[in-house]
Amino acid sequence: MKFGILVFPGSNCDQDCFYVIKDVLGKPAKYIWHKDTDLAGLDCIILPGGFSYGDYLRTGAIARFSPVMKSITEFARKGGTVIGICNGFQILLEAGLLPGVMLRNKDLHFICSYVYIKTENNDTRFTGLYNAGQILKIPIAHNEGNYYIDAAGLKELRDNNQIVFRYCSAAGEVDDQSNPNGALDNIAGIVNKKGNVLGMMPHPERSSEKELGSEDGYFIFQSIVKWLKV
Amino acid sequence: MLKAEINITLKRTVADPQGLTIKHALESSGYKELAEVRIGKLVVIRLNLKDKEKAKRQVNEMCKKLLANPIIEDYHFMIKGE
Repeated sequence: MKFGILVFPGSNCDQDCFYVIKDVLGKPAKYIWHKDTDLAGLDCIILPGGFSYGDYLRTGAIARFSPVMKSITEFARKGGTVIGICNGFQILLEAGLLPGVMLRNKDLHFICSYVYIKTENNDTRFTGLYNAGQILKIPIAHNEGNYYIDAAGLKELRDNNQIVFRYCSAAGEVDDQSNPNGALDNIAGIVNKKGNVLGMMPHPERSSEKELGSEDGYFIFQSIVKWLKV
Repeated sequence: MLKAEINITLKRTVADPQGLTIKHALESSGYKELAEVRIGKLVVIRLNLKDKEKAKRQVNEMCKKLLANPIIEDYHFMIKGE
């Protein structure tokens, strides 16, 4: 199976993702410039973190109009596996591939630190190797991670079991104190209704090796490989 | 030439921590009569158009497509002759 990693002007986690896929996971990976539209032969697309288009207007708002995004929308519609990390998540929201929107962090700070997240749904192609409720230590680095959706949207997310990760304490309590950015319902990651598109604010590619302080994020990539079995 | 001035603001139902922080700063500078402070964006677009109705339609489309996110933001605009 082959991974494609999108590169927008201002992406800055693309090389980390490439390294983890190729050298840690041992799978083929390819960069896709945002002006390319050919996704042939790819099984999983990663939208990496960064500051696409300088975060101008709203995070991800300009990137969604890049030529590649039409191909991504079609790829996702056909059931292709897509994962957006941090700025990649923000782009997926703006593109309407995932519901909701990101607001500025409640304390107005850029937050760069390790947090804990709870695996609320391990019955997805992204989380199959985690135990139900497993707590992951994983870093975040963002200014707009304050997830927001209206009440009807939140109900839909809950009813369809689309909330995959929620911020929690080291012991796994999901409460206000363990919510770093004010995200509604402590939401750190969601999937679309079909379950083939994941968006998450924490960075699994920065926590895929013990040497980096945590390898809890690695199993997201391995779960995808196992699920695709290619 | 026509000029469009577009104001984009967070919906009333969405919290505005920036506005709140500025309110606190103004209050600590001695302004005690503030009911609320909300922050928004102003976008100014000059259009090579003479037809105000056409300009209105186009700007409205731009707002919906890109300039505002309807989940959290409202917009209103004025078209002026230059």
